[in-house]
Amino acid sequence: MKDSKVNVKDLSFYYGTNRALKDISMVIPEKQVTAFIGPSGCGKSTFLRTLNRMNDLIDNTRIEGEVMIDGVNIYDNNVDVVNLRKKVGMIFQKSNPFAKSIYDNIAYGPRINGMKNNNELDEIVEISLKQAAIWDEVKDRLKMSALSLSGGQQQRVCIARTLAVNPEIILMDEPASALDPISTSKIEELIHELKKVYTIIIVTHNMQQAARTSDYTAFFYLGELVEMDKTKTIFTNPGKKQTEDYISGRFG
Amino acid sequence: MKIKRKIPVSVRVVKDAVATSLTGFTVLVIIAMIVSILGITIAGGWKSLTWEFLTQYPKDGMTRGGIFPAIFGTALMTLIMTIAAVPFGVITAVYLAEYATEKSVFAKTIRFAVKTLAVVPSIIFGLFGLGFFIKFMGTNIDNAFFGGELRWGQPNILWASLTMALLTLPVVIVAVEEAIRTIPRDMREASMALGATKWQTIRNVVLPGSMTGILTGTILAISRGAGEVAPILFTGAAYYVAELPVSLNQQFMSLGYHIYIMSTQSTNVDETLPLQFATTLVLLLLTFSLSLIAVILRYRIRKKAIHSS
Repeated sequence: MKDSKVNVKDLSFYYGTNRALKDISMVIPEKQVTAFIGPSGCGKSTFLRTLNRMNDLIDNTRIEGEVMIDGVNIYDNNVDVVNLRKKVGMIFQKSNPFAKSIYDNIAYGPRINGMKNNNELDEIVEISLKQAAIWDEVKDRLKMSALSLSGGQQQRVCIARTLAVNPEIILMDEPASALDPISTSKIEELIHELKKVYTIIIVTHNMQQAARTSDYTAFFYLGELVEMDKTKTIFTNPGKKQTEDYISGRFG
Repeated sequence: MKIKRKIPVSVRVVKDAVATSLTGFTVLVIIAMIVSILGITIAGGWKSLTWEFLTQYPKDGMTRGGIFPAIFGTALMTLIMTIAAVPFGVITAVYLAEYATEKSVFAKTIRFAVKTLAVVPSIIFGLFGLGFFIKFMGTNIDNAFFGGELRWGQPNILWASLTMALLTLPVVIVAVEEAIRTIPRDMREASMALGATKWQTIRNVVLPGSMTGILTGTILAISRGAGEVAPILFTGAAYYVAELPVSLNQQFMSLGYHIYIMSTQSTNVDETLPLQFATTLVLLLLTFSLSLIAVILRYRIRKKAIHSS
């Protein structure tokens, strides 16, 4: 395994009294794609959202254990959640651009960080859109509302918006589940490009997508991490019977 | 398989016909009321609604001349009321929608207070304004700063506007909170995930996104307040003032109160009748145009919502 980026130790997560994640420990390698698979309600999205403390926004939740990113426990009291989220970006299941122009969507992150220089902003917007492989499609209409784009384009604008903040880790929560096959393959190609620079963690319901895009795969079931290994191993020679049953379509 | 009819066809037809005619009839009654209110007002006031009427002072015991001071007074009162009620209402609504947790006792108390305020009869607001603003605030200000000289301890446009602001406040809070809640959770999450603080998210995403809804709600609340008479009866509206208010501690004339005065206190009601109609027409036009702005804004939000989905 390459250098580790995220190191989770005995993580449990509670919605009220309901324990949604049970003692999860895993190591996520740097500049690789790690996929989380498992049936609906198995906790994979909840786990993803603990990595940028997005679950903090939900009332009445509680966490136990440690999430170390670059050697720092992100749940320590002295961790600034705002800075954490700049470092750990997130792409959501349903593309959610702001009701602003394409340009303003991308410039949103840099602007809230206090960047006012228009030349610098122009540059960041262009670089981010290029990185997200959507520059050619939108460069002539940056002032148009991002909502006027197709679903697939909106999702890539959301990816560009995240890249503009210059994160190190990108969390993707079923980023292509609402997209058509062509848009999906564009997103997958993009993931392949992005892993050269970023550590990517992707939740997916689509087994083929996990097999195609990821280097490592973790299988979750009922709030527990059943196993995690190289994607190739998981799909050809899984260690646990549950995993085999799931990927061969016997349940889930 | 045969489905048995429990009710004969004829009975069903009759029931349908009754339902159709009953619902249609009630709609007709409502339309008839609106048409007659507008029709009678327009017919009665049309001829008196001249440029002079809109720009001049009342003359000859209000049997002639115009209603300019009343228009001015209503507009100024509405403006002060808006300045007082809208920021207060928006801030409260932001707290309720964004900061308060579901179980917070404090938030529940605010909600209870808002609901209660919304059903208090407007005359009670008038009495409260008299007791609180004039007798308590005003008198204390006079005693503290003006050696007991009567300056603020009497009805004036500031106290009237603030009383009116209290009346519209619950409506503003409810409308703004609803508008804020229409912003989907994933928009907030998108902003937070980019490292925005809660306040940055509210300022840059939530408030701009719900701005049209906020405007629609507040305009409707304000247009309701603009025509009210009861709250300003004891707190600042005047029977007649020879000059426009130049200071906040002066009394003012208002359209609603002017109609009341002309129809009940006039020495010659018959002679003022056309003026009453014309004044009513002006007041209706004023509130209708506010509602119209709200309707247009709402139409534009709907159009935008359809395009974005």
